[in-house]
Amino acid sequence: MSPYTWTWIAIVGAAALAFAIKFAGHSVPEHWLENPRVHRIAGYITVAMLAALFAVQAFTTRGMLTVDSRLAAVGVAVVLLWRKAPFWLVVLAAAATAAALRALGLP
Amino acid sequence: MSRPRSPAREQAISVSVATGAYGISFGALSIAAGLDVWQTMALSLLVFTGGSQFAFIGVLGAGGAPIAAVVTSTFLGIRNGFYGVALAPVLRPLNGPRKAWAAQVTIDESTAVALAQPADDVPARRDGFWWAGVGVFVLWNAFTVVGAALGSAIGDPGRWGLDAAAAAAFLALLWPRLAPRRAQLVAAASAIVALALTPVLPAGLPILAAAVVAIVAGWRGPRSGEAVPE
Repeated sequence: MSPYTWTWIAIVGAAALAFAIKFAGHSVPEHWLENPRVHRIAGYITVAMLAALFAVQAFTTRGMLTVDSRLAAVGVAVVLLWRKAPFWLVVLAAAATAAALRALGLP
Repeated sequence: MSRPRSPAREQAISVSVATGAYGISFGALSIAAGLDVWQTMALSLLVFTGGSQFAFIGVLGAGGAPIAAVVTSTFLGIRNGFYGVALAPVLRPLNGPRKAWAAQVTIDESTAVALAQPADDVPARRDGFWWAGVGVFVLWNAFTVVGAALGSAIGDPGRWGLDAAAAAAFLALLWPRLAPRRAQLVAAASAIVALALTPVLPAGLPILAAAVVAIVAGWRGPRSGEAVPE
């Protein structure tokens, strides 16, 4: 099968699992998920994976560690997040920063 | 609802507009990651949970295997299961198509708006859940199409800084969860683990490895008084 087809299969699989998790939450007896350890791990999994996704997206290129215009863009994003800017502005400013530096010839 | 003003609905509408608008960045980044417009729309309609969708395209865009994209996106969706439990006193009993719809729109935003209403006002909480859930669903999908159209029109994603935009999007999703001290440590350790493993493991797996950090961090309880991220 082509990579395109595999992507479709993955989309359907991810959608089925996402829905199953949501549906299960509305179906299980309430006391099942009250275990504090399960709660803590679930909370930290969200933080851990978002941090890992951020690091890989910001500082790697095709399996290699890299530092380029994205570093400055991340710096701008951090300042805006700290100043409580809305999501769209953070994303747009990061893109604009990297695009501007690359237009000047930086990697 | 005969109340003249409904804070639940007002909050739900503003949250829907704000969240829906970043569907534009999802649409554009999905195209930049190599998916087509139909696949991008299918992710927003069917997966419909922002963090998981960004993760899915992030893993594929980095050259990861489709299975790694599915597993990463699923791990990020686990919290939605807990939201369903937290919403039980507000929404149950639920049956049939209504239950299926409630499940599909159970996300960060609908849960937050519902639980932000007074605890003794169940109708307001229910209102907040449905208005935010359906509102975000409609606008998120509409803006995804706009973003995908823009993404298709602009060519080389790096020239427009879309790789930096994707990093900023993950950081912005992470930011509000970093208040507890231990969450900051988990985030730092996860980032280091993922970066250290990137040169040696296939794309996608370093991100999954970060889940181990979460299990280690969550196994033992925090000192009393310390909050745990949702």
